[in-house]
Amino acid sequence: MIGGSLDPSGRGGDPARGRDGDVVLTSRVRLARNIAGFSFLTRASRDDRRRIVSLASARFAGDAVSPGLRWVDLAEADTLERHALVERRLISRQLAAGDEPRGALIAEDDGRTSIMVNEEDHLRLQVMRAGLDVRGAWDEIDRIDDRVESIVEYAFCPKFGYLTACPTNVGTGLRVSAMLHMPGLKLINEIDKVRRAAKAMNLAVRGYYGEGSEAVGDIYQLSNQTTLGRTEEEILAAFTDDILPKIIEYERHARRRLLESRRSVVEDLVHRAIGTLLHARLMNADEAVKLLSHVRLGVALGMVSGVGFDLIEELMLHAQPGHLQLAVGAELNQAQRRPARASLLRERLGAAVSAG
Amino acid sequence: MKCERCDNEATVHEVTILKGQKVEKHLCESCARDDGIAVQGVSPALQSLTGALASVSGPGEPEAKAPACGGCGLTYKEFRHHGLLGCPDCYHAFEALLRPMLERAHEGGAEHVGKAPKRSAGALERQREIALLRKGLAEALAAEQYERAAEFRDRLRDAGVDVAAAREAQR
Repeated sequence: MIGGSLDPSGRGGDPARGRDGDVVLTSRVRLARNIAGFSFLTRASRDDRRRIVSLASARFAGDAVSPGLRWVDLAEADTLERHALVERRLISRQLAAGDEPRGALIAEDDGRTSIMVNEEDHLRLQVMRAGLDVRGAWDEIDRIDDRVESIVEYAFCPKFGYLTACPTNVGTGLRVSAMLHMPGLKLINEIDKVRRAAKAMNLAVRGYYGEGSEAVGDIYQLSNQTTLGRTEEEILAAFTDDILPKIIEYERHARRRLLESRRSVVEDLVHRAIGTLLHARLMNADEAVKLLSHVRLGVALGMVSGVGFDLIEELMLHAQPGHLQLAVGAELNQAQRRPARASLLRERLGAAVSAG
Repeated sequence: MKCERCDNEATVHEVTILKGQKVEKHLCESCARDDGIAVQGVSPALQSLTGALASVSGPGEPEAKAPACGGCGLTYKEFRHHGLLGCPDCYHAFEALLRPMLERAHEGGAEHVGKAPKRSAGALERQREIALLRKGLAEALAAEQYERAAEFRDRLRDAGVDVAAAREAQR
């Protein structure tokens, strides 16, 4: 069933998705670390890279540093698995490509913890959480960091902190980020204000696919850039207590304004998106994300029943080439993916909508 | 930027925190030496050589004069090209050149104030020593000099390195 009553608060009724799930898709925290005694990767020999790989795979896998970490050797993993890990944001595109010894430790069950090995730094620890939960992610990564540090000695000096290959990460090595859904600000043409404000606060703004990507589906990734001269607590506090609440409130304000002045336009946008997803026969990935973004807005505003944020994020993921092929269970070229994607979306969304 | 004391180009930048106040010094190498600020030691002969090279590669840019990192051999020019440093020692070797860049990138942040590894040491000196011991161990093993290898292993153990992990890594 599509339609239903309107949630005047502008907040979606989906507490399972985490705090502020109407605007925040995920929170992420990562730490850049290098192991003492080895050159950084630009100057490391192939042997050194191999040593780091065997050290990390032997000593961090299993429950040693975080529950259930599985070692994935990326020099051997097949293309599909590498794609899927990138789409889940468990590894970077940079790590997925290339032919050097490298890999990642992946938490299989929760799919939100990973350690990249031999990316730009020897180790990149990462924890993701649903909704706005940067602090929860920090607490967890802090614990993992302590355990890793009890096994290997980090490259660290008191003056510059944790030493990283790129000086932009030195100090805490901490990058906090949030994936934000901001269709309201896009529709009232104020998204550039957010971009400018973010830049003024020394935040990086990226698109759905990360570095260098456009904001597909009105999804933006915000992250801190300053890592030196501030404590982890100061970085976290500025981001989660000051910056994010303001941006979230700004987006909600935009949505309220839209409902007051252009409600039928928003309703049309949402239902047109559902209509297309339920009936299209060919679909590319960007179009799917864009339409699902409109449905998500509808869910947040209480215009759609039977569909939750969880399903929408899952479908955004399954619209991506790697996950689509895994779901279908076959390798598909680009031309074959479009009908397969359209069919998957029709079925999954159709089942939810008719059950709702 | 000009040296605070004379007309030379300032190539040594020092920031210290005195009673909570940031004190910046921007000096040329000779004034810095007069002031007792350590400048990366380069012999006069080498200095004139790097000076000559610098005048070929660029008219007296400080980065062209900076010696390569002693730890990994990376030059400052290579760093500027790739944007990535070569090893932990690079922070030491290029400190004066990196400082202004770090302050720009980190909203004026010049020194680490956050978390530190719980194991006390963590000093670059010690890490350099461990790197040398690791290298020695690898070379001794490669040359099948097992007695020497055992020596390196003992010294690594003395330095507090988990040798089992190190050995695992060798495989």
